[in-house]
Amino acid sequence: MSHPPPPAPSALDRAASRCYLDAGGAAPLHPLATQALLQASVEGWSSPERLHSEARAAASLLGAARETFAALVGARTEEVHLTPSHVASLHAAVATVAPARRRVGRGVVASAVERAAVLAAARHVAGDDGVTLVPVDRAGRVDAAEMADAVARPGVGLACLQHANGEVGTIQPLPLVHEAARTARVPLLVDAGASLGHADVPSSWDVLTADPADWGGPRGVGLLVVRRGVRVAPTGPEDADRWAPGGVNVANAFAAAVALKSVLADRAETAARLRALVDRLRTEVPRLVPDVEVVGDPDERLPHVLTFSCLYVDGEALLTELDRHGFAVGSGSACTSLTLEPSHVLRAMGVLTHGNVRLTLHPAVTSDDVVRFLAVLPGCVARVREQLGVQGL
Amino acid sequence: MSIEIDARGLRCPLPVIRLAAAAAEQPAGTTAAVLTTDPAASTDVPAWARMRGHVVVADEDHGDHRRIVVELG
Repeated sequence: MSHPPPPAPSALDRAASRCYLDAGGAAPLHPLATQALLQASVEGWSSPERLHSEARAAASLLGAARETFAALVGARTEEVHLTPSHVASLHAAVATVAPARRRVGRGVVASAVERAAVLAAARHVAGDDGVTLVPVDRAGRVDAAEMADAVARPGVGLACLQHANGEVGTIQPLPLVHEAARTARVPLLVDAGASLGHADVPSSWDVLTADPADWGGPRGVGLLVVRRGVRVAPTGPEDADRWAPGGVNVANAFAAAVALKSVLADRAETAARLRALVDRLRTEVPRLVPDVEVVGDPDERLPHVLTFSCLYVDGEALLTELDRHGFAVGSGSACTSLTLEPSHVLRAMGVLTHGNVRLTLHPAVTSDDVVRFLAVLPGCVARVREQLGVQGL
Repeated sequence: MSIEIDARGLRCPLPVIRLAAAAAEQPAGTTAAVLTTDPAASTDVPAWARMRGHVVVADEDHGDHRRIVVELG
């Protein structure tokens, strides 16, 4: 006789004492995404390219997902591709678009604060010498004119600029850079991985990537949109699905589309509410904690992101201390990364990289959560500083 | 007046803390150099200097370490 499995720890018990403020690229599943995942797993489990009713059920869910994405980002359905992850979208975008313009040149121009996956893919296809990084100001924004100059130089096959930076929230001057890229006849890859679902993404792109895990969709699927007319060169071995070899996960794709539709329907209201919470944090954190540098643009920014660095603080120790008090937060400090290198974004901005805390709010974060966070943060920072013996410096 | 702090082998935020502790005892105008192997120091020492009113005058590559020089304000 088999024993019943032990009861799982109650999610409610855990949730009551936890506050999740690290939603960037790993947001809690939207309730409708959970439902859609179940529905699509029950109805769409077959392989969509086969020729029977079961396959057609899967294909129909996948088709619905692509149509929904197309409508929501302002594209044609045939321009929408699904990949295994956001990083896979970025790798595929860079690896297929840059070499397609080999006769022009395979150089890549990118802002210095692009996601690491973009920079790694650029170096992979163009070599270290073929990648031009455009510097950013203290707020993390590229100078549009400087980027335009870099794009117009000979030998450039691809330009990459994020819509907004997911680490510090700063929004980039996309329309100006897209105009310059268009004049230079260089396709512009826009990483909207931190912004789609949170801010209005302008139509200033030739290739667009976005991350379902960032807006409350499931992990294991990525969105890649390539405008008609942008040339792509195949890479890798041949497969029926070049963007997701072996086929995309239908349930993930369907649930991601359902979540995005719902999130965008509420976007203005959610953004206004989260922006007010972030404004309060922006004002209160430096008031309550001495020697704090709040980073990122104060106005032209994502509504749900706040990043600050605490002088003389070990980022890993602060994360652990906050976790002990029930708060999950992110960090760009070296000691919190696998490579022990500080965030390339904070470095490019020239701001303090140690003692860094990154808060990314999801729609269920409340004003009470913010009040509780502000109540525990000063003590957490003070304890870490005390351990390091830095009083009076 | 000039001082030098050897913070090689120490990870952030320790190089900045050692530099700040040594700088606290010195008058304005002192030149304080820190030797460091920490990849964050080239960003964090200037950020600290900006927050404290000091000026970074050099950031030298010495192969296995860097030497960052600050003029105390």
